[in-house]
Amino acid sequence: MSQQSIIETTGLTKVYGNKIAVDKLNLHINEGEVFGFLGPNGAGKTTTILMLLGLTESTSGTAKVCGYSPTREPLKVKRVVGYLPEKVGFYEDLTARQNLEYTAALNGIPREAASRKGGELLDMVGLSEVAEQKVSTFSHGMKQRLGIADVMIKDPKVAFFDEPTAGIDPEGIDQVLNLIANMAKQKVTIVLSSHQLHQVQKICTRVGILAKGRLIVQGSINELGREAIGGGKVRIEVQVSQPTPKLIESIRNIKGVTGVESSDDLLLISCDEDLRRQIAKVVADSDSLLIQMKLEEYGLDDIYMKYFRET
Amino acid sequence: MSGLMAVFWKELADHFNSRRFIILSLLVYLAGVATIYVAAQNIRSGVTEDTHFIFLRLFIVSGETLPFSFPFFLSLFIPIVGIALGFDAVNSERASGNLSRILSQPLYRDSVINGKFLAGLVTLSILVVSIVILVAGMGLRMIGVPPTAEEILRLFAFIFVSIIYGAFWMSLAVLFSVFFSRMATSVLASIALWIFLFLFMSMLAGVIAGAVVPIDENSSLELIVKNDEIYRTISRISPNTLYGETVQVLLMPELGNPSSTLMLVSIYTAGMIPTPLPLGQSLLIIWPQLTTLIALTALCFAGSYIKFMREEIRST
Repeated sequence: MSQQSIIETTGLTKVYGNKIAVDKLNLHINEGEVFGFLGPNGAGKTTTILMLLGLTESTSGTAKVCGYSPTREPLKVKRVVGYLPEKVGFYEDLTARQNLEYTAALNGIPREAASRKGGELLDMVGLSEVAEQKVSTFSHGMKQRLGIADVMIKDPKVAFFDEPTAGIDPEGIDQVLNLIANMAKQKVTIVLSSHQLHQVQKICTRVGILAKGRLIVQGSINELGREAIGGGKVRIEVQVSQPTPKLIESIRNIKGVTGVESSDDLLLISCDEDLRRQIAKVVADSDSLLIQMKLEEYGLDDIYMKYFRET
Repeated sequence: MSGLMAVFWKELADHFNSRRFIILSLLVYLAGVATIYVAAQNIRSGVTEDTHFIFLRLFIVSGETLPFSFPFFLSLFIPIVGIALGFDAVNSERASGNLSRILSQPLYRDSVINGKFLAGLVTLSILVVSIVILVAGMGLRMIGVPPTAEEILRLFAFIFVSIIYGAFWMSLAVLFSVFFSRMATSVLASIALWIFLFLFMSMLAGVIAGAVVPIDENSSLELIVKNDEIYRTISRISPNTLYGETVQVLLMPELGNPSSTLMLVSIYTAGMIPTPLPLGQSLLIIWPQLTTLIALTALCFAGSYIKFMREEIRST
């Protein structure tokens, strides 16, 4: 690996009673990455994050965050790591600014610096107009944005976001994702857990899929996509007026085509590379009329469904 | 250390801004002023030429309009204040989702609970000191007799004991706030325990003492003393009794030692030559009560501390 791992776990395991929450997790996250931690509810995403923060002790295995062990040097880890919990809460009787300044005080940031930085961050997350309002008047989306400011105030090297988009409206989701993407531009490594795939897809450079405490797969979305769709690397969907067995046969004979499935007037063709040109030609030469043809793109949904069917 | 101070200042500000605390302190001030006013009106009755500690009498005399003395009101209100300061210390943080956010900041976990406890203690101290000074000043203006040096020392001891008594209730409430995840449960548990210890403990002690050593009007003195001892021992389980005895020794030095069969004392006080105990002797007498109160406080705090430190932050 050319880049340096900023988070590394080996055989990280957490057992609650007789339930294995996280099972021998081996994770490598590089500096500057936006890593998406995917999985259904109860897959062990939050538990993993809590272990990386040193808030929960691992049953076995080791973890290193920025070179520190969260179990043995939790304070050093917490100094460089920011965390936005899933159900984030603020002191409702304090204003947004006071909440930020309290976090700053807990981090030992001097008062003037904290107040200046707090102002800048509230500006950045679009809350400067309500900075002097009590948090109890805030909507969920506003609290989430305040949470991002709260993570930023300590200038973290790594930021963990646990389900940052859960329960907020689409506009709010966009704002939150943009803010996180902006953080990534400032060289902050980001670990983001979610079960909402397409949202994560927009900003993650790499994803890991977790199910029942196990990391099933990790890699970039394109890599995973190719692995996920069995048979070939590319899938082409062709709609023709009347698919005859002869047509299907001649498509199958094109070099590089590994499989053809047909249902009504739709043909699903798996192939090693993009063979649209050749297929179009074959269809044109036949009696059938080409209605439409498209290259299927892999979404995380396909990847996700594929891996969850397996487990 | 900076973490502890940050938590401390925030909690202190929270206490003084909370409506709960403002309402309670108003109530305490009101009760204090009322009792001292009534006491000052009635202080002349029963004062003779050889009455010592006239200023202290201000704190123990009560009148017909308000048949309770100042220490009685304190023993009633201090537990409520202590419970109000502590019952939601930890579970409210957890319920509001603040706990995991705060614990992911670079501070030792015990800074959180220490800071909270310290802030509660300081708030409580400010309340107790201010109310005693307020009523003492008011009493001084009304009766015009300045306190002697010993009386001032006794008042300081009284303030100290009252703070410890409040600290016990606060640490009990904090303990419940660590163990019960719902604020309603922790506040009800604290209040239930307070009512039990305040109202029912002496009843229970009386019943048990009566069952072990039954007495009637014709019983020998020996039996009466024995019954009284059992009653006293059992009712001392309640911190309220401990506080009451301590206050009595501190503010009514002429009564002597409450452990030496107060009943007899009350039988004979009428004809007794008042020989008040010196301060050193008084302190010696209350020493066991005081250390018990401190130990109970420490025990509750240690319990909540251990539970809080060992508790894991769960994902759910």
